[in-house]
Amino acid sequence: MSALQPHKVLDCRGSFCPGPITELFKAYRSAQLGDVIELLATDPAAKADITAWAQKSGNEVLDVVDEQGYIRILVKVTKKRS
Amino acid sequence: MTQLKTEEKGEQTSRLLVILSKGTMDMVYPALMIANTGATMGKEVHMFFTFWGLDAINKRKVDSLKVAPVGNPGMPMPNILGMIPGMTAMATRMMKGRMAKAKQPSVHELFKMAKDLGVKLHACSTTMEVMNTPRETLIDEVDDVVGAATMLSLGEGGQIIFI
Repeated sequence: MSALQPHKVLDCRGSFCPGPITELFKAYRSAQLGDVIELLATDPAAKADITAWAQKSGNEVLDVVDEQGYIRILVKVTKKRS
Repeated sequence: MTQLKTEEKGEQTSRLLVILSKGTMDMVYPALMIANTGATMGKEVHMFFTFWGLDAINKRKVDSLKVAPVGNPGMPMPNILGMIPGMTAMATRMMKGRMAKAKQPSVHELFKMAKDLGVKLHACSTTMEVMNTPRETLIDEVDDVVGAATMLSLGEGGQIIFI
């Protein structure tokens, strides 16, 4: 992989909506501004859901990588609420 | 805990009000899932429990909500069979098994999660009277007992979902 090292990896494979979002949000709450969170998911809704969450919450989806049978999503924390 | 409310910063908060009027598992789950997801997206979320929705926040019932096979044509069996004693328990067991397989938390766990995310839970005063459900029979996570006017003002200008 590139030089981009995630601060946290969430393995949400096998979990369905809203599991991945909930896990991502928990990690987001304890993350620092600028942190990158990597999330692995098999839920077919995860890609669209996490993109929607990022848009709404002001964070950034850096990359969505299709792996064998699952996807890897990299989210950068670009906005923290209070 | 990180506060979700954006009001303090002077930003506009979008609202979500979920009204739950049913007390079967197949109604309670989506209500909580939508509410909790809304909260993770930064919305100010309120849930209003009325009629059988009150069962979802009843201490004695929250862990034993059921799925009714009768009157539910979506069940993989002839509807009339749903009347046989034990069929409701079987359908419920089946649903619980499927939910666990999809790594979904229990209803009570979802309520705890909701509170952690800042979701506000409101019980309907009229239903509590009609169904003889005093405050002490409701789970501790419930914030207050309100009426229709309060509920509508909580949802004003936001998204309202009725289940």
